[in-house]
Amino acid sequence: MLEKMIFGRYIPGNSFVHRLDPRAKLSFVFLFIIAVFLANTAMTYAILVGFTLLVIFSSRIRLYFLINGLKPILFLIIFTLLMHLFFTKGGVLLFEWKFIKVYEEGLRQGIFISIRFLVLVLMTSVLTLTTSPISITDGMEDLLGPFKRFKLPVHELALMMSISLRFIPTLMDETDKIVKAQLARGSDISTGSIKQRIRAVIPLLVPLFVSAFKRAEDLAVAMEVRGYRGGEGRTRYRQLKWHWRDTMVMALFVVLVAILLLLRG
Amino acid sequence: MDISLQQVGYLYGKDTPFEKRALQAVDVTIHSGSYTAIIGHTGSGKSTLLMHLNGLLKPSEGVVQIGDAKISAGTKTKGLKAIRRHVGIVFQFPEHQLFEETVEKDIMFGPMNFGVSEEESRRRAHELIGLLGLPADVALKSPFDLSGGQMRRVAIAGVLAFKPSVLVLDEPTAGLDPRGRKEIMELFHQLHIEENLTTILVTHSMEDAARYADNVVVMHDGSSVMSGTPEEVFGNEEKLSSYRLGLPRSVKFQRDIEKMIGRALPGLALTEEQLAKAIAHAATEVGDR
Repeated sequence: MLEKMIFGRYIPGNSFVHRLDPRAKLSFVFLFIIAVFLANTAMTYAILVGFTLLVIFSSRIRLYFLINGLKPILFLIIFTLLMHLFFTKGGVLLFEWKFIKVYEEGLRQGIFISIRFLVLVLMTSVLTLTTSPISITDGMEDLLGPFKRFKLPVHELALMMSISLRFIPTLMDETDKIVKAQLARGSDISTGSIKQRIRAVIPLLVPLFVSAFKRAEDLAVAMEVRGYRGGEGRTRYRQLKWHWRDTMVMALFVVLVAILLLLRG
Repeated sequence: MDISLQQVGYLYGKDTPFEKRALQAVDVTIHSGSYTAIIGHTGSGKSTLLMHLNGLLKPSEGVVQIGDAKISAGTKTKGLKAIRRHVGIVFQFPEHQLFEETVEKDIMFGPMNFGVSEEESRRRAHELIGLLGLPADVALKSPFDLSGGQMRRVAIAGVLAFKPSVLVLDEPTAGLDPRGRKEIMELFHQLHIEENLTTILVTHSMEDAARYADNVVVMHDGSSVMSGTPEEVFGNEEKLSSYRLGLPRSVKFQRDIEKMIGRALPGLALTEEQLAKAIAHAATEVGDR
């Protein structure tokens, strides 16, 4: 059940997107998230979707897999769509049934916001699917480097991030094991009233918290024992290298923004 | 309850880039009342196999038959709880599943889920605390205040409490000290005989497999490659070592002695006791001559 989740997962590969410098990918996705809000016409949204598909295609991740992994947030997308359909007014009245009224503007907004949401999620998923957690944090640390001057604990933040990313799969495995152990003891998560189901979660949450804390403690001790003392004077084994293709990707972003600015209404 | 697996295959993460085959064409039959040991190298699919024994995993291919129930890829999840009442699994490091405020309540969790009354569950909990050699005052303590070995015993009690007729054990003694290990293995053996259980033991210990089991199944690369009595399986050293498995210590010792004295000892010494007898027998024979 959990093995279909794709958040925070990394699929090793050697595509164009995989080989990009994590700094380029991070800044690109960050800027892209802002640029998405530039779109406001059907044409500009189409360009966003097209561009996202292009990125997915060049990352060589199977579209089917990506979509399958998005199922958990499909609910959220449908929810926003419905909210807009029923509550945004303006334009021609398209449909009326008792107290439900759907306006043209509502449909338009609903579809646009859903696309915006979908594009954002797809793009960030591609980022984490094609970049190993270590590279992401290395890139992050590098990009945030200038803020060290303002006493921002950049290294510590990056470390916290890499540890949390690192433990997502571990905790998932752990959850799976505990679910199985409690199922074997006759616990029932998928049937019964809502109250019963909520109560059935307790036997999963308690052991999970206990083991997460234990793990954190073990990790702290292991780091302490190996003389970890923060980022001061720490060097890296894997140096990040900015290539031609990274500059090209940033240039591509400028082009994308230019097109969006030209075509937006 | 007889359990049989026919041509069972299982894939983890089916239809994702992480798809991985864990089992392929596994044929295993476990007769009611038998003590079966499943041995194999790390990653040979032992743990995946045992999750098929009570419907925690449904086979991607083939059929698992547990008593009258047949489980295949398309079986609905709903009816599986009834099977789990009869097949109890003690997982590896079962102490990770403890969650209740008190030891007593944690042991009662299983039986109450399967519809046993509260008083009866409590009675069983106290009985099991005694049976597993835990001090009686442990019942109202938090399981998280116990030592690792005691937590293990509580977790085992939590499975025994709903009285399954088939008991599946996944390395129940991993990480315990030698004495605790022996006590727990002896306890399972005693239960096996007294309660007429069907026991399935997944283990790395050839010694435990040789001592307790009357049927041994060897797993390798996700397939069942050998099965038979301990004498048959441990008598075939070459085949075993091709699956990267060794002999039990007593059998190894017997082979060494045989090499030294230049002739075979009678039988196969599956335990230290049998080994001592075989040596004594050979020594008197030599003495008679």
